[in-house]
Amino acid sequence: MQHSNTQDTLVGLFVAAGIAGLFFLALQVSNLSTFVEEDTYTVTASFENSGGLKVKSPVSAAGVKIGQVKSISFDPKTYQSVVEMAIYSKYENLPTDTTASVFTAGLLGEQYVNLEPGGSDEYLQDGSKIEITQSAIILEKAIGQFLFKSAEEKAKK
Amino acid sequence: MIKFLNFLGRTTTTGFTKLGRGSYFLLDTLAGIGSMALRPRLVVNQIYFVGVLSFLIIVISGLFVGMVLGLQGYYILSDFGAEETLGLMVAASLVRELGPVVTALLFAGRAGSALTAEIGLMKATEQLSGMEMMAIDPIKRIITPRFLAGFIAMPLLAALFSAVGIVGGQLVGTGLLGVDDGAYWSQMQANIDFEDDIVNGVIKSLVFGFVTTWIALFEGYDTVPTSEGVSRATTRTVVNSAFSILGLDFILTALMFGDD
Repeated sequence: MQHSNTQDTLVGLFVAAGIAGLFFLALQVSNLSTFVEEDTYTVTASFENSGGLKVKSPVSAAGVKIGQVKSISFDPKTYQSVVEMAIYSKYENLPTDTTASVFTAGLLGEQYVNLEPGGSDEYLQDGSKIEITQSAIILEKAIGQFLFKSAEEKAKK
Repeated sequence: MIKFLNFLGRTTTTGFTKLGRGSYFLLDTLAGIGSMALRPRLVVNQIYFVGVLSFLIIVISGLFVGMVLGLQGYYILSDFGAEETLGLMVAASLVRELGPVVTALLFAGRAGSALTAEIGLMKATEQLSGMEMMAIDPIKRIITPRFLAGFIAMPLLAALFSAVGIVGGQLVGTGLLGVDDGAYWSQMQANIDFEDDIVNGVIKSLVFGFVTTWIALFEGYDTVPTSEGVSRATTRTVVNSAFSILGLDFILTALMFGDD
């Protein structure tokens, strides 16, 4: 059964190539490789306006990704948006007076939370809240303010 | 007028009876899957026939589709100064749509038509009735291994198509047009989601593999046992497979990617 043997080998090669293709797609193309992250701890922050922030948006400090947004909800008492962030446990020494702000990556890029560490000796724990926050810059608002201001200046003259 | 009503009624009845026969056929085929565990040899032979022999056409088509996507994508994206997202565009269109759909269309043309012709000829030369005379169930012996092989081979071929296409897009994008290699991959990895994109693409290719193989086998089994009948059945396989693939693709896409 010589013929049958080469056929087996070819089928084996085919199946191996197909599975290799799937692995390539899973590991090289998709974000699966960044999924396998170790433990995280949760920190919340309230923003006046969280802009276009989404669940799974990155949380970064000094340009390095240190976690991701876990949930975004609206607080009907304070009328603010409450953002829960999962921070990787290896970055556990963030000071309690860390500032959280919503930034945009590039002009049209996605929005992310930037954490700016403060100088406190105490560190954020699981479930603690970041007090100092800065809202997302809403482009329409900024343009509106700019137009309003320049019109006002014209009227003064 | 009466003639038209007559025609309409007949078309509806034949359509529905065919669907009914097809469903019974599918049930019989699926019922035979258990016995395949005892005779894996049959399935392996068929994987060779529908999978390995389709390998080359899939890989070459995938490479060229990826390269064309790289070129076209670059021309459009460079208008917006967004050449870096080329990798994302190539990968998303391949993994979500083109990989499963084009592979299924090629598969229907390359393997589906061959299956129909083979089984149709077996019926026309009365090999199937001969088997029944020898108390061998032709569905278990002939149909089920081919069905299983198509169902296994199709997702593998689609994955290969997408993978080769992404590499082809990279060859053109970074080699020829000067997109940054790191940006090509990192934009892709940042935005292609494993569950939303890859798994849904694989689900699509599984569904297409199921449907095309079913259509091909049923058309062959249901053929009018003449040479003209076989040629018609082969044509119907390709046409019906293409319709079902494109129609199902619309429905699956609406279900999978609708709520974003």
